[in-house]
Amino acid sequence: MTNRLADIQQQLMGTFFEEAVEALTQIESGLLSLEKCQDDPSRIQELINDVFRAAHSIKGGAATFGLSHIAELAHSAETLLDRLRSGSMKPNAQVTALLLAAVDTLRALVNWSSAGDGSAAPSIEPLCSDLDAAAQQLGAAARDASAAGKQSAEAKRAQYRIRFVPKPEMLMTGNDAVRLLRELTLLGDTKLTVDSSRLPSMHALEPTKCYLGWEIELDGSVTRPQIDEVFAWVDDDAEIKVEEVAPVTQALSAADRLHEPAARAAEGASDRESGSIRVSVSKLDMLMNMVGELVITQSILGELEGDGPVDVKRLASLRDGLALLARNTRALQESVMSLRSMPIGTVLSRFPRLVHDLGNQLGKEVELKLSGQTTEVDKTVLEKLGDPLTHLVRNSLDHGIEKPEVRRARGKPDAGVLAIRAFHRGGDIVVELEDDGGGLDLAKILARARERGLVGPDEMLSDEAIRDLIFAPGFSTADVVSDVSGRGVGMDVVRRNIKAIGGQIQMSSVLGQGTRTTLRLPLTLAIIDGQLIGVGSFTYVVPLLSILESVEIQRARVSHFEGKLPLYRLRDELVPIVSLASVLGVGSARATTDSGLLVVVETEGERMGLLVDELLAQQQVVVKSLETNYEHVEGLAGATILGDGSIGLILDVQGIARLARGARSSFGRAA
Amino acid sequence: MANVLTVDDSVSLRKLVATTLSTAGHQVSEASNGAEGLEVLKTRTFNLIISDINMPIMDGLTFIKHVRVLAAYKFTPILVLTTEMDPAKKKQAKDSGATGWLVKPFDPEQLLNTIRKVLG
Repeated sequence: MTNRLADIQQQLMGTFFEEAVEALTQIESGLLSLEKCQDDPSRIQELINDVFRAAHSIKGGAATFGLSHIAELAHSAETLLDRLRSGSMKPNAQVTALLLAAVDTLRALVNWSSAGDGSAAPSIEPLCSDLDAAAQQLGAAARDASAAGKQSAEAKRAQYRIRFVPKPEMLMTGNDAVRLLRELTLLGDTKLTVDSSRLPSMHALEPTKCYLGWEIELDGSVTRPQIDEVFAWVDDDAEIKVEEVAPVTQALSAADRLHEPAARAAEGASDRESGSIRVSVSKLDMLMNMVGELVITQSILGELEGDGPVDVKRLASLRDGLALLARNTRALQESVMSLRSMPIGTVLSRFPRLVHDLGNQLGKEVELKLSGQTTEVDKTVLEKLGDPLTHLVRNSLDHGIEKPEVRRARGKPDAGVLAIRAFHRGGDIVVELEDDGGGLDLAKILARARERGLVGPDEMLSDEAIRDLIFAPGFSTADVVSDVSGRGVGMDVVRRNIKAIGGQIQMSSVLGQGTRTTLRLPLTLAIIDGQLIGVGSFTYVVPLLSILESVEIQRARVSHFEGKLPLYRLRDELVPIVSLASVLGVGSARATTDSGLLVVVETEGERMGLLVDELLAQQQVVVKSLETNYEHVEGLAGATILGDGSIGLILDVQGIARLARGARSSFGRAA
Repeated sequence: MANVLTVDDSVSLRKLVATTLSTAGHQVSEASNGAEGLEVLKTRTFNLIISDINMPIMDGLTFIKHVRVLAAYKFTPILVLTTEMDPAKKKQAKDSGATGWLVKPFDPEQLLNTIRKVLG
């Protein structure tokens, strides 16, 4: 039994860690909001209550799961919060900073405990002392030793005389005198005498009241605390008198044992990194529902099995069954994908703190506005979104939003605004970061690019192309607009990271008014909607999201230029034509710029027309990584198994664009 | 074996109580705050209620006050699960109608011992 119980504790420890992380985030955002609503006492009270409750539950949980470090630090933080809560102390910047530091350390402790890798525990001592000192400043009681107070008491053979007279109302709290007496009898030999003198006459007797009293003689290896414990719940509801009659010395360690488990260290907390995910019950119900549908479909199709004649009726029900199957599969897939989704808020929640700290450090006032935190994103995408977003937020504070005096001079309010919005658009997740800072100084960027030799001295660039320079490798934005950042990570890394998860990044900016960065991310990395195309004898997949339209080539609209890609006039726009056959090295393509199909795709704001032989089906394809199974191939995003069992390569449109630019001189020959 | 309701906003602690009790053969229902607890009470009759104090939406003490006025729960043992029990808090809990308390940290065995006592 004991082992099983210990197992239960172990299993639930992971849940506690998850919970603790959530509670810490809650505390952090509560503390940060606290600074913003100094004029609203009721809101402050509400926030402090929330923060207190979160700290309190971390403490309770940590102590129960034997994580004494966490419990102790949480206790110190809680004590300070309690002073705030009772109003004996006003929240100020110093206290907030101290509590935020506690949050950081608690987080580190949680990580440390869940990793259980034997590294040294983060130290809590100085912080505990600081917190206690802050709490004590107001004459408050010092940290009591409640967290793991060990009681050492000696049990010796003794005789007690106990008088126990409950108040008539004692039963109303659910305490039963018989239960208490039974507990006493378990401690040693007992002799009970009932005092029924208070018992009223039968007609005056109320069954909800207790009229009896007892005299108990107890003889055994019993300590006084053990007796007190029996009556602990009723000492206000009864007259209790305990007298020791004849003590006999005999040591016993029962009382010690009682407190031992609580002091157990965090040692057993290994292999916690389970890669688990929290799923709402409703999503599981939905999934179960889908599976139910699938079973029904299966039985419909199953009825068609057998040797009967193939008639119209059977064919019709086969068709219906297959249609149903297609619908079910799609629904099931969406359902499973939603299981892997998490609200983007889990990533965005780190930014209030970051903005707060960085703003202070840079001497800038910044108001962060988050929206769309509940937008759900695939877990794999979400995990890779944190770093790029952090970099963008830092950039915005560093280079975008100006110092208050500059803003004033420009006629803007002192506090800058950084808005981060997340929402679904089409099949994408869009995350927008918009600030009302200085915007990109295109002239300066161009000058720096010329200095660096990234742009020739006479080369003329469009505004968009200049903005794009920010993403060039080695073009640190820190050099351009300010010298604060110096983190050595440029926007090229951000773009690479975003691209690695199949996303796109775009920047627009108005000098003096602000910058908007837009990230477009796929819902999931595992499955994409694809357009199957035929080139020569091969079938490729083009991600449907990057396709704008497909047209049949009209010869008159094609213009050729020496050494450049041919251009196609699509309405009012000129689109370069890229022959997939030549880029991919497939010789036997039929399509030429005279006849053939043009699949117009867009990548990073650039359009091009892919020359293909034929358009085949549109379908969802499961992406298998080439990198994992083979190696990276420029121009290919992965591979998939097609319906007929053959392999289809998935095109990476950006890669194709790069290949086409590199191969432009040879294009004329190949096509 | 008994029907037990455990009310706690912390999933880990609630599960710890629930799993421990069901391992010992009790029927356990769960609620994540007082308001939810009152809803669950309508579904069946419980022999024991274990409630946290600090909870959002409806805290434990308010919950217990609401439970005690229900005819079916006049004498039902209600334990509060709490981190520390200073005399003032104790008084508050008792005044609300709590039978007694379980002090965190507790380990599953302690929990079972206490419950054995209460249920007799």
